[in-house]
Amino acid sequence: MSSRHTYRRLYVWEMPVRVYHWLNALSICVLGVTGFLIGKPFTVSLAQEASGQYWFGTVRFLHFTAGYVFLFNMLVRTYWGFVGNRFAAWDKFIPMTRKAWQDIVEVLRIDILQTRGTGRIPLGHNRLAGLIYFVTFLIFMFQGLTGFALYGPMSHSVLGKMAAWVVPLMGGELVVRQWHHAMLWFYVLFTVVHVYLVFYHDYVEGRGTTSSMVGGWKFEREDLLED
Amino acid sequence: MPGARHSLWDVMRDKGYSRRDFMQFCTFAATAAGLGTQATAAVAKAFEKKDRPPVLWLHFQECTCCSESFIRASHPLVADVLLDAISLDYQETLQAAAGHAAEKCKNDVMKNYAGKYILLVEGSVPTKENGVFCVIGGRTAEDLLQEAAKGAAAIIAWGNCASYGCVQAAKPNPTGATGIQKLVSKPVINVPGCPPIADVMVAIVTHILLFGRMPELDAQGRPKEFYGRRVHDTCYRRPYYDAGLFVESFDDDGARKGYCLYKMGCRGPVTNNACAVTKFNGGTSYPIQSGHGCLGCSEKGFWDNGPFYRHLPSFPGFGIESTADSVGLALGAGAAVGVAAHAVSTNIRKRKLIHDQVAEAVQDTPVSEKVD
Repeated sequence: MSSRHTYRRLYVWEMPVRVYHWLNALSICVLGVTGFLIGKPFTVSLAQEASGQYWFGTVRFLHFTAGYVFLFNMLVRTYWGFVGNRFAAWDKFIPMTRKAWQDIVEVLRIDILQTRGTGRIPLGHNRLAGLIYFVTFLIFMFQGLTGFALYGPMSHSVLGKMAAWVVPLMGGELVVRQWHHAMLWFYVLFTVVHVYLVFYHDYVEGRGTTSSMVGGWKFEREDLLED
Repeated sequence: MPGARHSLWDVMRDKGYSRRDFMQFCTFAATAAGLGTQATAAVAKAFEKKDRPPVLWLHFQECTCCSESFIRASHPLVADVLLDAISLDYQETLQAAAGHAAEKCKNDVMKNYAGKYILLVEGSVPTKENGVFCVIGGRTAEDLLQEAAKGAAAIIAWGNCASYGCVQAAKPNPTGATGIQKLVSKPVINVPGCPPIADVMVAIVTHILLFGRMPELDAQGRPKEFYGRRVHDTCYRRPYYDAGLFVESFDDDGARKGYCLYKMGCRGPVTNNACAVTKFNGGTSYPIQSGHGCLGCSEKGFWDNGPFYRHLPSFPGFGIESTADSVGLALGAGAAVGVAAHAVSTNIRKRKLIHDQVAEAVQDTPVSEKVD
């Protein structure tokens, strides 16, 4: 039996969070495509002399530029985790309480076992999503460090010098390149699962999950609002 | 032998070299050490006045390619002078003495010149089974190394073997081979390469003779003046890289035109060495100039980062044929299939939930219309 509910509109994702999300998505797309090309450049069949073309140099330029955008965007978001609203707060990403872990199990029950669930899914990031985003932040950091470590020797970049210690630690530039390339596939997997789960939760929860990252608004049943 | 150590100039004069030959050598030495021709006078003065420090050259697990490279230094005098005259007191391959006489010569140097001699090491040291894999004169390599290292003024590790263990340390490393830096407590100058460039070797010895101290080293103990730049960034084929013109196979048109060997697995972009600048055999050539990609022979663990003819090495733990891309593609396909299956299952398992929500929305419609 269905019953009637009144829904309230709540402003969940503030402007900096939304801007971060789309800038991040854009830079990851650019980094992924150019990064893959750098690892596996295609063959130019109608080749000019080397003096007449520079496409691979341009691909690398785009990769490095997007890398800078990606890095500073991430730093701004980290800052916003301390000054933004409660949905953007840093502690939403790290499950430190027993309740948080119970929530994770709950989401797993709804998503994987596809049961109805007993409680409700939080309005902001659900706890499982938060934890996965925290893991992605760590991988973002890894990608930033290895990327700038590889970039360092061919530029005068201060960031490159700051990441120089990564190369001897990992056992040489080839190893760094190998892992930097392998992590590209993490982004591919993440994107597939992330986009699917957004659509899935939008469908199952019916609270405007997908559009919330455009306009910032989500909807919640009034009888379930805590505060 | 003690007390009879003359300067380099003394020895050269005795051997019949002219002053002009000597000055040519000094100019070369100054340039090779990265000092420029202005420093020729200072170099000449040092080689005239300073006593030559004795040099011990130890061989452990190696193929002697470092020695072979060394005697092919581009200036004809360099090899002659360094091997014949810079009092190379002990060098198993080249020394005239043998057996007890050779051992005595080495022991005399270590005793009489404690804290003054230069120790050059070629080859890795085995550490498994108490080092029985490399025994010379009844003593293990590690034992000999420790004894010689104690009184050395400077220690140079020739080649990838002495620096990182090279092929002997490649998986599964049956002898527990290791570079010497891990075994001695003193700072070691690593001169990796398989072999290192002869002129680089000479320049480093020259630097120590001239200044009495080590050249500036990077974090991995390599002299910055020769290992500060990557082969890729100094390569004459670099413009083809930026233009995206690559050799696709070793007999294609691009290979004939001298395109970039990046896609053929060239390790130039991840290898620090002076090959593209100094070159081998008196500036004749280096691998890339000869049409073959760099193997990265001066990098740690380069044997384990194969296959050599592919840009991306095999992914550890996934077999020889798998790159990160083949593993990633399989995972990506798995994720896509999983997601599709999940979508189907959602519509079956959550049918009632979705149905209820739709029913609720339909119920609500008149209410909202009334509000309007």
